[in-house]
Amino acid sequence: MKRRGFLAVLGAAFVAGCNKVAETNAGSKLLGAAEKWHEGAHRFLTDRKALAPEYPRSAISSYFRGNGSVDPQNGDYPQQAADNFDNWRLEVRGLVDNPMSLSLDNIRRLPQRTQVTRHDCVEGWSAIGEWTGPQLSVLLDAAKLRPEARFVVFRCADNLNGADYYESVDLIDAYHPQTIVAHRLNGEPIPVRNGAPLRMRIERQLGYKHAKYLTAIEAVASLDDIGEGNGGYWEDRGYQWYAGI
Amino acid sequence: MKRHKLSTRLWHWINLACVVVLFMSGLTISNAHPRLYWGDWGFAPEQAWLMVPRFPDWMTIPGYYSLAVARDWHILMAWPFAIGLLFMWIAMLVNRHFKRDIATARQEWKPAAIAGDIKAHLRLDFDHGQGKYNFLQKLAYGLVLGVFLPMMVFTGIAISPGMEPTFGWLVEILGGRQSARSLHFIFAFATLGFFIVHVLLVLLAGPFGQIRDMITGGRSYEA
Repeated sequence: MKRRGFLAVLGAAFVAGCNKVAETNAGSKLLGAAEKWHEGAHRFLTDRKALAPEYPRSAISSYFRGNGSVDPQNGDYPQQAADNFDNWRLEVRGLVDNPMSLSLDNIRRLPQRTQVTRHDCVEGWSAIGEWTGPQLSVLLDAAKLRPEARFVVFRCADNLNGADYYESVDLIDAYHPQTIVAHRLNGEPIPVRNGAPLRMRIERQLGYKHAKYLTAIEAVASLDDIGEGNGGYWEDRGYQWYAGI
Repeated sequence: MKRHKLSTRLWHWINLACVVVLFMSGLTISNAHPRLYWGDWGFAPEQAWLMVPRFPDWMTIPGYYSLAVARDWHILMAWPFAIGLLFMWIAMLVNRHFKRDIATARQEWKPAAIAGDIKAHLRLDFDHGQGKYNFLQKLAYGLVLGVFLPMMVFTGIAISPGMEPTFGWLVEILGGRQSARSLHFIFAFATLGFFIVHVLLVLLAGPFGQIRDMITGGRSYEA
């Protein structure tokens, strides 16, 4: 027990030292910069169109776990769900020449991509599912993205712990062939726990980038004035904006 | 010639700092989802091959539960760790430290020779055998430098979704992403096992001189 006490003191002292480093200006800058080094390395090593692995249908998980919001109760979402999402609209807006407001029917009539991919949660688990929907690039092209647009922001219907969920990606991921606005999971309309009726698939990044309950796609030049300025709900709570690590 | 070359000493201490931070922040990451799976996917207890205990705060970075902060530390220290390991391997091959001191000879693998080496260790006689290190030392250092630490880097790359479009073959060799995650955990604890034995033997072999030599390089000796 004494030895354990000694280790605990040693551990606590080391941790306290690390936290002191993290509190300094240089320390916090360094911790924030590492994410950018990884992003740079990934972008350098990987072609912007290179695909995340796709699996045969036989590899699909028996059940697709939901995380974060799994049954939103805020705003008109419960009513929308009760109406089978018949009145759901997806707006495409912001720095575009041709803003749009689409019904689910409009979205289903666009050219579709179906992909069996693996979903990796930041916590560490993975699940495999088959997703169907139009490529985001199709929507962005139809809306005529303006040249000053640098990011695409995803607005969501769910309010998690008092804040509206949102996410964002750069134009590389926005135009990636596997980046789709999914409306089907495993051949069925997406269940509420997985983001009904629309969710993003950003296949080369972790799960929190795949915004659920999608209400709007917004082209912007900067993320500074959105939420707390870090580009997403979890990013505003300290998580990395580049979630390919 | 010094007992330890400057490249070895520099790497040893930088690597120690990296491994300690990576291990302790890794424990927080484990606490975020304390189950391990084989294959491509897994999320529920019934798919797990191991339910990992929750690691107490005092042994984790940042000392309280924050997956976001732990990941910041983990992905920062991954850089000096991986680049340092590459540097050490290049240095060991160029200055022949690997060939001269760590690579084993065929006769050292004879059962009688291994038994003799184990007996000498049990007598706490560590200065037996020809060359700088005896057989068990060569084996331990070889395993850590050649298997445990490189596997930490490879399995770490394999569980990064952004790396997979380019390194999909690596994920496949390792048996899928959740297998790679399990191996990341297994090799982390293998490295901890080495660390404990290493510290214990340094304590038994005279910690003052051992640590001093790893800092200053130690006395000259005839190669």
